[in-house]
Amino acid sequence: MSRRGPGSRPWRPAAGMAALKFRAELLAGIRVFFATRGVLEVTTPVLAASGATDPQIESFLLEDAQGPGWLQSSPEFHMKRLLAAGSGAIYQLGPAFRQEEQGRWHNREFTLLEWYRPDFDHHRLMDEVQALWTALVPEVAPNWPRYRYAQLFADALQLDISHCDTAALRAALHNSLGELPSDLDRSGLLDAAMGLLIGPQLGQDTPCFVYDYPAEQAALAQVRDGQWASRFELYWQGIELANGFHELRDASEQRRRFGADLQARKAQGKAAVKADEALLAALEHGLPDCAGVALGVDRWCALLLGADELAAVLAFPADRA
Amino acid sequence: MSTYSTNQFKGGLKILLDGDPYTIVENEFVKPGKGQAFNRVKVRNLKNGRVVERTFKSNETVEAADVQELELQYLYNDGEFWHFMEPKTYEQYTADATAMEAAVDWIKEEDTCTVILYNAAPLSVEPPNFVELLVTETDPGVRGDTSGGGGKPATLETGAVVRVPLFINIGDKLKVDTRSREYVSRA
Repeated sequence: MSRRGPGSRPWRPAAGMAALKFRAELLAGIRVFFATRGVLEVTTPVLAASGATDPQIESFLLEDAQGPGWLQSSPEFHMKRLLAAGSGAIYQLGPAFRQEEQGRWHNREFTLLEWYRPDFDHHRLMDEVQALWTALVPEVAPNWPRYRYAQLFADALQLDISHCDTAALRAALHNSLGELPSDLDRSGLLDAAMGLLIGPQLGQDTPCFVYDYPAEQAALAQVRDGQWASRFELYWQGIELANGFHELRDASEQRRRFGADLQARKAQGKAAVKADEALLAALEHGLPDCAGVALGVDRWCALLLGADELAAVLAFPADRA
Repeated sequence: MSTYSTNQFKGGLKILLDGDPYTIVENEFVKPGKGQAFNRVKVRNLKNGRVVERTFKSNETVEAADVQELELQYLYNDGEFWHFMEPKTYEQYTADATAMEAAVDWIKEEDTCTVILYNAAPLSVEPPNFVELLVTETDPGVRGDTSGGGGKPATLETGAVVRVPLFINIGDKLKVDTRSREYVSRA
């Protein structure tokens, strides 16, 4: 038995040695997969002069004599700067940090696999996500379903989300989820529907993709016809594993989204974050037409091992770190 | 008035919702990679025992319920209220019939009960899981029948009626499981 005083952290790892070995094999397999396909591994800063403006993501802010530094919530902006500089296809395996995200499937520090493919759209990148998975885990069934976001809402809630208003959405959700926070806006209600109702049912057999998100959920994806974002997510066993975009290349639209983010942060009383001017400059220079995706390696590894929490594959999760 | 933020949520935390005290049974943090974070919780209403699911935006704050759990000794019933005492401080508490619902059939003077206090008044009284009580009324015992099959009703000294094996007689002391209201053995 380990001795634990009140409040002290256990010194032993949370993950068993077999899980850590499996994790190492998965990471090695990822590197072989991309090396074979001629995708370059890159290492970009974990600590940088700007942070995530997304009102739903809180970056850690550090400070020294050189000024403020934000721990990166994803390597996206740096990788796009490499793409604009002519890197060609690139991938990165490394840590990302998000404040106040802690739970069974969240750890404030986690491992992301992120990669970008010039000349791919989001559908072609979905093909490659599946190819990566099948290369490393051959026993998974082929032909993963792809569902349009709107179709899932039509099936689960009999709602046409391209036309229904916020009140109708709230009423439909109330039947399945009970009372929801009264100040949720339309996007918050869509998140509640995906996160609490639709998502947990997805990918029960084979993994599946959800694509064509509503424009207000575009994040950094291109938007078509002002209505649907070229964005996708990967679900398996009810857990969201990856998020990808046919990437936004328009610098002025990116600037507009940063501005809207910062305004939303202010309205919600959240800390101001420095938007990444270097990304805007790179977009002005020209980002190649490309698609990119980020996959949560810890979640993937945990689910492949049949675990029901992230800690099963983390040597030292936040409560032991 | 103290409050809890959703990131303090955990099983057993006592919170106030719509004016009623609840205990958190289960708490799950749910957040899409891009989008609003939620805490989805199962909570039990401490007044009526009902379990419901509620959803909070992460970082919302919720009022804490002033709820305590004490081990109290049952003293007596004055015809309307049940009186309890904290054995170390001798502080006394008075429970009404609603709070006594789960315990009233089972407890005798000097028994120790778990009492949930809400705003310093008993909200519910839990009897011990097992109690030993005398039989005050039952049909005559059937000699030689120890099978326990069949059975008959027996009234206990607290007034509770339980099914007992045929060989039980008036004056026997029985061990009863208060959760299932079932006879366990002769004590």
